[in-house]
Amino acid sequence: MRVGVVVFPGSNCDADCYRAIESFGADVKYIWYQDRSLDGYDLVVLPGGFSYGDYLRAGAIARFAPIMDGVVEFAEAGGLVLGICNGFQILLECGLLPGAMLPNVVPRFRCDGVRLRVENAHTPFTCLCHPGQVLSMPIAHAWGNYYADEATLVELERRGQVVFRYVNEEGVPTPEANPNGSCHSIAGITTRRGNVLGMMPHLERACEALLGGTDGRWVFASAFEFLSGGVELGRLHLAGDGPRH
Amino acid sequence: MRFKAQVRVTLKESILDPQGSAVKRALHAMNHDNVLDVRIGKHIELVLTADGPESARRQVQEIADRLLANPVIENFSFDLAEAGGEAG
Amino acid sequence: MGDCIWREMGLATEEYERILDILGREPNLVELGMFAVMWSEHCSYKNSRAVLGLLPTTGSRVIQGPGENAGVVDIGAGLAVVFKIESHNHPSAVEPYQGAATGVGGIIRDIFTMGARPIALLDALRFGPVSDARSRHLFAQVVAGIAGYGNSIGIPTVGGEVATHESFRESPLVNVMCVGVAPASAIKKAAARGLGNPVMVVGARTGRDGMHGATFASSELSPEAMAKRSAVQVGDPFMEKLLLEACLELYELGDDVVIGIQDMGAAGLTCSSCEMASRGGVGMEIDVAKVPRREKGMTPYEVMLSESQERMLVAVKAGSEPEVERVFRKWGLEATVVGHVTDDGILRIRDGDAVVAEVPAKALADMAPCYTRDASEPEYFRREQARDLADVPEPDDYACALMKLLASPRIASKEWVYSQYDHQVGTNTVVLPGRGTSVVRVPGTNKGLALTCDANSLYCYLDPWAGAAHAVAEAARNVAAAGAEPLGITDCLNFGNPEKPEVFWQFKRAVEGMAEAARALEIPVTGGNVSFYNESSKDGSSTVAVYPTPVVGMVGLIEDLSRVMTPGFKREGDIVAVLGRTRDEIGASEYLAEVHGIEGGPVPVVDLAAERAAIQLTLALIRGGLLSSCHDLSEGGLAVALSEACILGGIGSGIGARVRLPGTMRADRYLFSESGGRMLVSFHPSAASGVQAMAGRHGVPVTVLGEVGGMRLVIDGAGGTGGRARRVVDVPVSELSRVYRGAIAWALES
Repeated sequence: MRVGVVVFPGSNCDADCYRAIESFGADVKYIWYQDRSLDGYDLVVLPGGFSYGDYLRAGAIARFAPIMDGVVEFAEAGGLVLGICNGFQILLECGLLPGAMLPNVVPRFRCDGVRLRVENAHTPFTCLCHPGQVLSMPIAHAWGNYYADEATLVELERRGQVVFRYVNEEGVPTPEANPNGSCHSIAGITTRRGNVLGMMPHLERACEALLGGTDGRWVFASAFEFLSGGVELGRLHLAGDGPRH
Repeated sequence: MRFKAQVRVTLKESILDPQGSAVKRALHAMNHDNVLDVRIGKHIELVLTADGPESARRQVQEIADRLLANPVIENFSFDLAEAGGEAG
Repeated sequence: MGDCIWREMGLATEEYERILDILGREPNLVELGMFAVMWSEHCSYKNSRAVLGLLPTTGSRVIQGPGENAGVVDIGAGLAVVFKIESHNHPSAVEPYQGAATGVGGIIRDIFTMGARPIALLDALRFGPVSDARSRHLFAQVVAGIAGYGNSIGIPTVGGEVATHESFRESPLVNVMCVGVAPASAIKKAAARGLGNPVMVVGARTGRDGMHGATFASSELSPEAMAKRSAVQVGDPFMEKLLLEACLELYELGDDVVIGIQDMGAAGLTCSSCEMASRGGVGMEIDVAKVPRREKGMTPYEVMLSESQERMLVAVKAGSEPEVERVFRKWGLEATVVGHVTDDGILRIRDGDAVVAEVPAKALADMAPCYTRDASEPEYFRREQARDLADVPEPDDYACALMKLLASPRIASKEWVYSQYDHQVGTNTVVLPGRGTSVVRVPGTNKGLALTCDANSLYCYLDPWAGAAHAVAEAARNVAAAGAEPLGITDCLNFGNPEKPEVFWQFKRAVEGMAEAARALEIPVTGGNVSFYNESSKDGSSTVAVYPTPVVGMVGLIEDLSRVMTPGFKREGDIVAVLGRTRDEIGASEYLAEVHGIEGGPVPVVDLAAERAAIQLTLALIRGGLLSSCHDLSEGGLAVALSEACILGGIGSGIGARVRLPGTMRADRYLFSESGGRMLVSFHPSAASGVQAMAGRHGVPVTVLGEVGGMRLVIDGAGGTGGRARRVVDVPVSELSRVYRGAIAWALES
């Protein structure tokens, strides 16, 4: 299993992702933002941080980094792409995922624990989870307020592209459990094919009991299970409509 | 020729602006009760060389469209003027 | 030289005469500017050096004591911890966001110039009362500035302390501590060596930012001082992230490429060049024309004194310039040769062909005058020592008194603050802020570092000696309560104008107290920072000093992270006990201030032998696996510690406790006394005999108070001679938690 973690200038969760992925025994490499090719990779991770200082808008400048052409190509060819926090913001800016990020509704950086409900357990990143499973992970962002217009939200919901939603202790999405004001309490979404996942919570920080939790391992483990063919594609409702079922 | 473009990037009307709301609350606390709305945007100045105003305008339009503003949430507008000698 | 231009630059006439003596001629303007910044208090410690000599700075683990960019202590397995605290008080008073942000940037550079990767940040903050709108603004903006810089660069802010008091209204304190880890063999020094070796400026370009910041930090804040400030430095955490990664990559080129490296902080190129030359016993020639600029038309004077951020001065091995340039180019940064090492001990500044300054490097770096200021005991000191508190009445409602304490800014949960800091980036934070003493893993090992910074400004005002000694002891207790052995101290000494005898007395007594406690507890001081002139006036006439605040930053080592200890009660049925002796002393306490409105009285007795015994016992109990929880007792005393142990207990949702106070002491005295040398612990009943036996061996009294259980905190008063036991507190833990967690957000936002 070959995993690449892209390093943009200003990425700061690259090493954290590297270590978390390494703990699964995967062959993980850093990919410099000035590279162009992603040949030979099975999974590409866009890590958190402040690429280009988050100047202008989070992710706005990084999307023009040379490697992003390769990421778009890789994704279009069906490769697995995981964007975490700043990585999610970059995926939105480059258009691989729909919508945009706004400043948190309480306009401050927020570092805290949240609960996520698995809304679609039939994606490569959640195939080991059961629907409705609640995962605990940390968030750390100032721009995590997911926004899309109503038509886009309806489409996302209809096609099962909403993968994670912020919920409370009872597993219910409430305004209080929504840490940043995201539309529909959205914490993570995929493409229609399910091969690109963007999420704000830092799953790489929830991979070790010593650091307070291991729920992030569900997502990485799912991706590796999917890649190793342990999950039949047929079992996955790859978020699409009709023919893909 | 040297031009100066002043680009204003603003949030679309339908988008909540938490920073603007916070400033509005602060203004009300300072007894500026008659402030009905506050919206925060960005002001960006570009100094560029171009053959003429038309090509400068086209280029600024493209720059704003592709990078300076995110069309999902933001609008932009700009003014263009010829900039003298050492401007910028 | 114009009339008294040196005085405008902050030099005294006798200092100017000393410069004439050293040079044997009149200095030119550039030279005078260089002397003015280097001989400022901020750079030269001219008012504090003599007293600082009292601090113990050596120990078997110390690799680097004071004198370099940061202290270094051995943590075994070939690794060293590098740490330092620094103030950014004056800039934060003027522009709180950027002042705090650049403070963070500066201390991070101090750590990675030493060859270490920074892994944690902490902050000690002081503001005026939260009832004051401007103080709330400063508070919010300073926190935002720390968050803005630290979060972006990706170094977790894992802890710190915040307190408010009237004396900080115009002069807030912003102290930032950074901790890094490096192989002990890879520590870098800030000394230039080797005739002809090139000297390079790396990182950001030079502009006119923060001219004379160092001189500015060495005077009181007056309207004129505000106006004198030419420009506030603006931090660029993105640039610093690139600089950090580039420098760490540069060190990997091999031990011999980087000869010496120093951050350009206060006094910019002047300070870094003369200090590097002086430490290496060499000279240096710099051509200001070669320094990359951000602004046009800068004079040599401006280039030498600019405090533009995110820059470093590096002396490298001759011939390695292309390799150095390649590394910096990879990270999108400039590395420019601006001069070279010479052997004549002279710092020679050129502007192209013209020599614009020529001064012995040592004269700038090491020959500033050293003053021993007059010290006189303020009249309040003895009055407060003798203050009789026997008449302070017992509260009618203990629960209400306890709630007041839990809501006081000093004690209440700092969640509003630390939730704005990314405290987990780096995936090494084992104990998060708000859950006990912050603990970070030493990357790649099973060792941990417990980190804290502590000072009680009121104690230090009432009795600077005892206050500073308590700060050392409290920091050591905090670290020990996590199961860590205290390794070293970095201190940040925040005081008023040292030219005032009463302020100098406070300073001298505080350093003496800190020195005595550090010696008694065998914890070396490996570096720190002095910040004087924290005074302000509103009307321009008389100025008021801040309460003296010697902040003790401490690092402790946990050999085995599976033994890390936290303060929350864990299990129903565990026994609750206090280690150490509770004295009938409520002077200077948070209880006296918050409940009775008295900020005064004698500070709790300093008993360093008892502190030492309590710390050693705590470490032995934790290493022996006997404890379920351990909480150091400090502000608010036993009542607050019990409340926090309940709030933080259970599995996140809290857990109750039932306790009965022993003996004959009045309940408020027992509950709210801030006697030192104490820990609140809980343990399984089967461990009780082991705890008692070990405490006996260490000579520390153990007082069993009750047990963990239920969802309420229930406290019964002493049923001593003649008295009848009565219930003084019976409150749901959820209610304690609501007040404790909500108080700061409520105070700042409503």
